[in-house]
Amino acid sequence: MTTLTKNKISELILNQAPSFNSFPQLREKGRTITLGNGLPASKDEEYKFTSISKKLEQTLDNFSLSKKTVLDLNLIQSHLFEGFDGDLLVFNNGNYEKSLSSVNQTGIEVSSLNDSMPVSLGTIAKTEKDPFISLNNIYFEDGIFIKVKKNHKIDKPVFFLFFNKANQGQVISPRILIEVEENAEVSFLENTISLDESPYLCNVVTEIKVGQNAHVHYNRHQSENRNSIVVNNFETDIHRDATFTSVVISLSGDMVRNNLTLNLLDSGCEGNMYGLYLLNGKTHVDNHTNVDHTKPHSESNELYKGILADNSRGVFNGKIFVRQDAQKTNAFQQNNNILLSDDATVNTKPQLEIWADDVKCSHGCTTGQLDEEALFYLRARGLSKDQAKGMLLFAFAGEVLEHVSDESFKKYLTDIVQERLGSNF
Amino acid sequence: MSKDNQILEEFTSKEYEHGWSVNLEADEAPAGLDEGIIRWISAKKEEPEWLLEWRLKAFRNWLTMIEPEWANVRYPKINLQSLKYYSAPKQKNKPKNLDEIDPELLQIYERLGISLNEQKRLQGIAVDAVLDSVSVGTTFKATLSKLGIIFCSFSEAVKEHPELVKKYLGSVVPINDNYYAALNSAVFSDGSFCYIPSGVRCPMELSTYFRINAANTGQFERTLIIAEEGSYVSYLEGCTAPQRDENQLHAAVVEIYAAKNAEVKYSTVQNWFPGDKEGKGGIYNFVTKRGICAGDHSKISWTQVETGSAVTWKYPSCILKGDYSVGEFYSVAVTNNYQQADTGTKMIHIGKNTRSRIVSKGISAGHSQNSYRGQVQVMKRATNSRNFSQCDSLLMGSKCGAHTFPYIDIQNSSAQVEHEATTSKIGEDQLFYCNQRGISTEDAVALIVNGYAKEVLNQLPMEFAVEAQKLLALTLEGSVG
Repeated sequence: MTTLTKNKISELILNQAPSFNSFPQLREKGRTITLGNGLPASKDEEYKFTSISKKLEQTLDNFSLSKKTVLDLNLIQSHLFEGFDGDLLVFNNGNYEKSLSSVNQTGIEVSSLNDSMPVSLGTIAKTEKDPFISLNNIYFEDGIFIKVKKNHKIDKPVFFLFFNKANQGQVISPRILIEVEENAEVSFLENTISLDESPYLCNVVTEIKVGQNAHVHYNRHQSENRNSIVVNNFETDIHRDATFTSVVISLSGDMVRNNLTLNLLDSGCEGNMYGLYLLNGKTHVDNHTNVDHTKPHSESNELYKGILADNSRGVFNGKIFVRQDAQKTNAFQQNNNILLSDDATVNTKPQLEIWADDVKCSHGCTTGQLDEEALFYLRARGLSKDQAKGMLLFAFAGEVLEHVSDESFKKYLTDIVQERLGSNF
Repeated sequence: MSKDNQILEEFTSKEYEHGWSVNLEADEAPAGLDEGIIRWISAKKEEPEWLLEWRLKAFRNWLTMIEPEWANVRYPKINLQSLKYYSAPKQKNKPKNLDEIDPELLQIYERLGISLNEQKRLQGIAVDAVLDSVSVGTTFKATLSKLGIIFCSFSEAVKEHPELVKKYLGSVVPINDNYYAALNSAVFSDGSFCYIPSGVRCPMELSTYFRINAANTGQFERTLIIAEEGSYVSYLEGCTAPQRDENQLHAAVVEIYAAKNAEVKYSTVQNWFPGDKEGKGGIYNFVTKRGICAGDHSKISWTQVETGSAVTWKYPSCILKGDYSVGEFYSVAVTNNYQQADTGTKMIHIGKNTRSRIVSKGISAGHSQNSYRGQVQVMKRATNSRNFSQCDSLLMGSKCGAHTFPYIDIQNSSAQVEHEATTSKIGEDQLFYCNQRGISTEDAVALIVNGYAKEVLNQLPMEFAVEAQKLLALTLEGSVG
């Protein structure tokens, strides 16, 4: 394949991009920005270690929007994890499948974006923030709008189940908008299933408004096929006294880029971010997180852990902003990595930007191996080297897994991680 | 809060104490920059052909480069064409001893607390004083030359040791390294040269005081330190500059080469004019400093105390090429008023079993912005390499900022890399504890900050540590967060 320049690739994308009548302003803005800026080049500081444009041009040849594929109830049933009990939202190549989904809990309203036309779409994840948000603005056909009503505590989790498979086009572009109103409480789970091994770009934008004193937990499992390119822009606005917790477990894919942004907009809010990346083969996972403390008395915690084998690459960039008004902020960030191979690479950049003086902020970051003494201790007790290693690695990963809010989902993920640590590493 | 404001005001109203200018007749190049000026400088300095070629090559490289904008600093663009690239104090004959040196010059150093006379000699420091761009006095040369140590101005080295200069110049910081290094390579006026032969332990601290004097003169110093196998040297660099209204540019290059088992310790105290309290004036300090641990078991250690300059852009780095080599970086950066500092280090681990240690302490006050930017890179073959980084920030007042941008890139599974950073202010309980014991708030702040920076100050040689502590206390007088 010939080498395409930055401009050529955006031209190519725009030529094959769909054209929709809904949300005209948002789409126009996306088009203007994409035409103006293109997709990020490797010189771009934000995409320094993730040359995604190059990857796209090498992997994909059809930048049209992927058509829906065939899904049936049996297939869906087979991909539910054991012990699942809650509301189910099924997506077919980014499109919400109402007939296959089931939403029964009171306090939750689900509608398609084209039906409800929410004005707040695009106000949290702003078009100009990331090139892939503007791209999503052009590409998304329809999306989903979820409203969790005031004072409702939703007991059972809401499960997003995405089915992806390139079909007459290799771009999948889901769009999600969630509004959690005052005093509400809800927990979301997310899983994506690749139906075959063919390459595609899945470019997701999720916007969440966490209302006053609301509590939201979002657990994501990323394990798409080995040829997939995944970009996930996840942005939340967190209001007064609200809490938001995100857990991201990344296990496979060709290139995965997660942009997670928490805007702590008022006093008393709390944001937590936990991440685990367990990589092998050539998988490249890039986590960019961004916490913006704007008002006094807010708190954020962050813990990302990575285990890297083979030729994999893990990128972590954690930004913490503490604005001038945000006195009495507490912000903590930690990134730990274990490298299991000399061909694996870690690029990490924990970044603090602080303009207020009465704050407690710290970050820590380590890269190393398993403790020889701990290994020896276990081996002295009769465990094989692999067993001992697996056990220690599992303990390392466990610190993130324990933050998954739904017990059954936690068990499902724990089993996957345990199997992975027992076999591949 | 009102008390804070009052104290801050007191603090920010401090005038720069070294702010004065002596009228010396200067031998100047006309303002502007083109190949003609470079030829003019080269001719003026009676340089050999190869050096002129080298300068011109750097200049042509520089023309293709663009000014870097990634640093976390904001300043009005510098018109490089309006600067003068050469300025030397006029002297009829070369001085043979201190008596022959312009008494006015000696007075400047006296007022700065540096004297080239007997007093200093007793303290055991050989001073190669650089006023503007030409070295005017060198002491202890005889003692050093007995050991085979060459310590002289750069132009002298070009004349007397061309083979050494030719071999090492640009070997650590290549001419196309970055915008300001390329500019320096093209127009550098003078600097210091230091060569420590094999197996020699330099018996005294080598020291250079840089001064910027003539108005509108860009200062482009070039320092080259070569430590041969098994040698040791400790090098000091200190800076003060008189008050100016216009911004002055300083783009120096320092190169250090350490052979097998050699150790080089490089210490800096920088106190250039930081601009007045409205942020007007001040020095732009865009410096490239880099050392290479070329041989096994070699060591390079950078220590810096940065209190001056309006804008600082400085990353003393170590390339750890030899196996078992060690790189160290200790830094205290204090910013006040509208000062901006973007400083840090790069540790590039190439050899096996290499170790590096980074301790960076930032203190911001007033409206200043203080950034740490560092990189730790472990290459694929650098097995068992080890790094520990710590970068702490202390904020005083609510209008300043502290930022950290650490890049950590690891490609080897046996590497152990740790990084930690904290940001905080001086605790009210700490102040209260001191007050209770009869220590005034001001003294308590100085005490706490000195304690905070101790880890770095301890690394400085004795003579410098005193000066550095005085500087810190002065800069932080009356500031409580």
